[in-house]
Amino acid sequence: MISHLFQRVLLIAAAMLLAVPASAELYGAQGSMLANGMQIVAVPNHRSPVVSHMVWYRAGAADEPPGASGIAHFLEHLMFKGTPKYPDGIMDEVVARNGGDQNAFTSHDYTAYYQNIAVDRLALVMEIEADRMRNLILDPKEVATEREVIIEERRMRVSNQPAAILDERLDAALWLTNRYGIPVLGWEQEMRGLSREDAFAFYHRFYAPENAILVVSGDITLEQLKPLAEKYYGSIPRVGEPNARQRSADLDATANVSVTYSDVRVRQPQWWRKWIAPSYNAGNKADVYPLTIFDSIVGSGSTSKLYRALVIDRKVAAGVGVSYDSAAVSYGTFSISMSPSPGVSIEQVQAALEEELAKILKDGISDADVARAKERILAGLVFAKDSSLGAAQGVGGMLVVGVPLEEIEDLPERLRAVTADQVRSAARKVIVQSASGTAILLPKAGG
Amino acid sequence: MKTLFAATAILATVLTASYDAQAVTVEEVTSPGGIRAYLAQDHTNPIIGLSFLLQGGAALDPDAKLGLSGMATALLDEGAGDKDSLAFHSELEDRAISLGFSADRDAVLGSVSTTTQASSVAFEMLNLAMTQPRFDSEPTERVRRQIQVRLKSESENPNRIASRTLMAALFAGHPYGRLESGTPETVAAITTDDLKQWVKTRLAKDRLIVAAVGDITPAQLGQALDKIFGNLPATTKLVATLPAASVSRKGQEINVEKALPQSIISIGQPGIKRSDPDWYVAQVLDYSFGGGSFASRLMDEVREKRGLAYSVSSSMQAFDAAGLVMVGVGTRNDQAQQSLDVIRAEFKKIQKDGLTEAELNDAKQYLTGAWPLRFSSTGRIADTLVAVQKDKLGLDYLDKRNNYINSVTLSDTKRVAAKLYQPDALTVVVVGLGAKANDAPAATGKRPERERKS
Repeated sequence: MISHLFQRVLLIAAAMLLAVPASAELYGAQGSMLANGMQIVAVPNHRSPVVSHMVWYRAGAADEPPGASGIAHFLEHLMFKGTPKYPDGIMDEVVARNGGDQNAFTSHDYTAYYQNIAVDRLALVMEIEADRMRNLILDPKEVATEREVIIEERRMRVSNQPAAILDERLDAALWLTNRYGIPVLGWEQEMRGLSREDAFAFYHRFYAPENAILVVSGDITLEQLKPLAEKYYGSIPRVGEPNARQRSADLDATANVSVTYSDVRVRQPQWWRKWIAPSYNAGNKADVYPLTIFDSIVGSGSTSKLYRALVIDRKVAAGVGVSYDSAAVSYGTFSISMSPSPGVSIEQVQAALEEELAKILKDGISDADVARAKERILAGLVFAKDSSLGAAQGVGGMLVVGVPLEEIEDLPERLRAVTADQVRSAARKVIVQSASGTAILLPKAGG
Repeated sequence: MKTLFAATAILATVLTASYDAQAVTVEEVTSPGGIRAYLAQDHTNPIIGLSFLLQGGAALDPDAKLGLSGMATALLDEGAGDKDSLAFHSELEDRAISLGFSADRDAVLGSVSTTTQASSVAFEMLNLAMTQPRFDSEPTERVRRQIQVRLKSESENPNRIASRTLMAALFAGHPYGRLESGTPETVAAITTDDLKQWVKTRLAKDRLIVAAVGDITPAQLGQALDKIFGNLPATTKLVATLPAASVSRKGQEINVEKALPQSIISIGQPGIKRSDPDWYVAQVLDYSFGGGSFASRLMDEVREKRGLAYSVSSSMQAFDAAGLVMVGVGTRNDQAQQSLDVIRAEFKKIQKDGLTEAELNDAKQYLTGAWPLRFSSTGRIADTLVAVQKDKLGLDYLDKRNNYINSVTLSDTKRVAAKLYQPDALTVVVVGLGAKANDAPAATGKRPERERKS
């Protein structure tokens, strides 16, 4: 599937959000709150004397004013330009001179900034991050140059990639008035009009402690983090109320849409479908854990039901991918993608998938399937704690959409409590009743 | 009886030497059967990671069967011993064991990640995959289909086109110049006999390098090594070394015209191998030149000052038989030539003057300060320890490495930059309309409308 995270610089092999969130000791995270409303969390892992320091803002592309699509992501880029104390982009140099890597990324629901650095330099990056939460300065010339950079980023990630062009169209059709229908990078026409004032307006509205979450993972404890957080972030005043995160969640039109795109650059057809699905915040929240298990049963690994049926037995697809994204402020998505085998048409592979899904939903999920999927997911959870730097992303990505720390850590218990009937019922509701969008990517003659 | 005896023998014969570096203590373990491995114990979480490589990779595949190593490694875990593909994968997935093989130009790579509890099964499965792979017809044809579909979908990807065109030009006549993943035709030509022969010739103990990290003791690792690798052949007499590659210095520009809104430019020239005594100087140079993200000259000149690109970077590639200096950038068609001019100017500048004192210090501070970031997950540590052994850097390398960086002097950078960077020898590949835009008289000024359509 197409990722909706855009970052300031392309990373090779970036470990983004861990697919599996939290245990009674899933991450072993510890949380607290500063008086100004800033949430702080430590995820201890003492394997190496390094930390990942992250500040997550509860503001992303879905919080943009109409007509200014891309401003959240543009601001993310501009946040590295400077403050009176760290002007002219020198914060990059300062962090690098201290052996740190820094970057940032933007999604529909949040913007996150991070530095990976030796723990004895933690105070330095906290000072920089706290400074730019309120003291950003923007030189109009730098704004103009950076606007060209984000347009190049759009060319690279979208215009140069037929699948991304189609996915943008699909989202626009599927989400209709929901803000998730607008691309995180923005529409090119609107990106060209983004101004310094637009960036400042977004910044002043949302970049404030009551909208921010500090997550530090690695060689740190909450006890050690607290005084540092007080010192650097504690004195920043509140701006107002936390972002209410309006998402125009009106989705009562259940029309299924289908979007086809042909491009001379396409050699291999692709098919994917997204269903609007419950998330931690929208739709039937009780279905989130059952759907996590359904996702595993139909789509995880080469023993999953869809891979076995479509790729191994019927051989109509060369590959099938399934993903369920429940970490969203508005609705989540359940997605299935396929590459048809040589000589198999898109219509054939789509029909085969629909047949298999119907069989699975009718009587294809046994109690044993559910028990086995649970055991598999639970067995894998121990790896969530492995990466001292990656844990901050796993925890932060859930906290920032409003999942409480206790619930993140309680994932094993929540999964254990799911019954087979709940899995069947949740799956039917999404696959049969929920609105879906289908993308069909085809070669174009003349290529 | 036999088992009991073996267990005692193992305790007696596991030899270890250790070196404490950063937060990671590395020791060398030799199994009772004589297999050596680096080990970094960490008993915090019940997780074990094991990485290994076998020298000799896709560059050894015959022309007519290109893609053989890729296909064989994809099939090792698709059924082995008495377990067919489904049974094999069920064993792994039920226990959250990740086991995988791949091949690059120079080596066959493998890794396994497992909980301590499941480790005995994980090691047994790994052994089965390497010694008794089945190559049943269903998974063989499935994997062949998957590779062919992937090759097809990548065939028009501008980055892929740029990189395969560049490698073909830089390494004309050498195995490195070939598309290591093969073509739909060469992959179609691979037979089950080829795959079985591949296993017989490529997997042997004399070219094996292993590292383990996590919740395992030296004695347990000694046992595991013999269980996993003990019954591989001692040698298959494979000559894994390749002919030395002479990298093109012709200084040519190759244009691959494609109707793209953004041109992808890939640049290459001869570099140095990992064993070169100037390796660390080159690392420092590359950081300042284009490897160091926002701290680099290329990022500053191309992106920060001019807004010509979102992504621009350089790297030092060290293959077994050759090294490369490479640069990649994605830039608007009508500015492609300007980007290229800026990059060429930077090649000239660094060749002429090396680094400034300030740049040298910045590079040292970053490269030494960021070194511990490498040791943040089981898999990353294991991979690093495999590389340390492959490059014969020694048990104490993790600790010594920063000294190597710190000992680079300003005159080193000037001396090495003068011979390393060769602005007149650059092979440049432009995929898109960047070259065309240059020929058009209006190219330096306004952006043609057609390019904005996608």
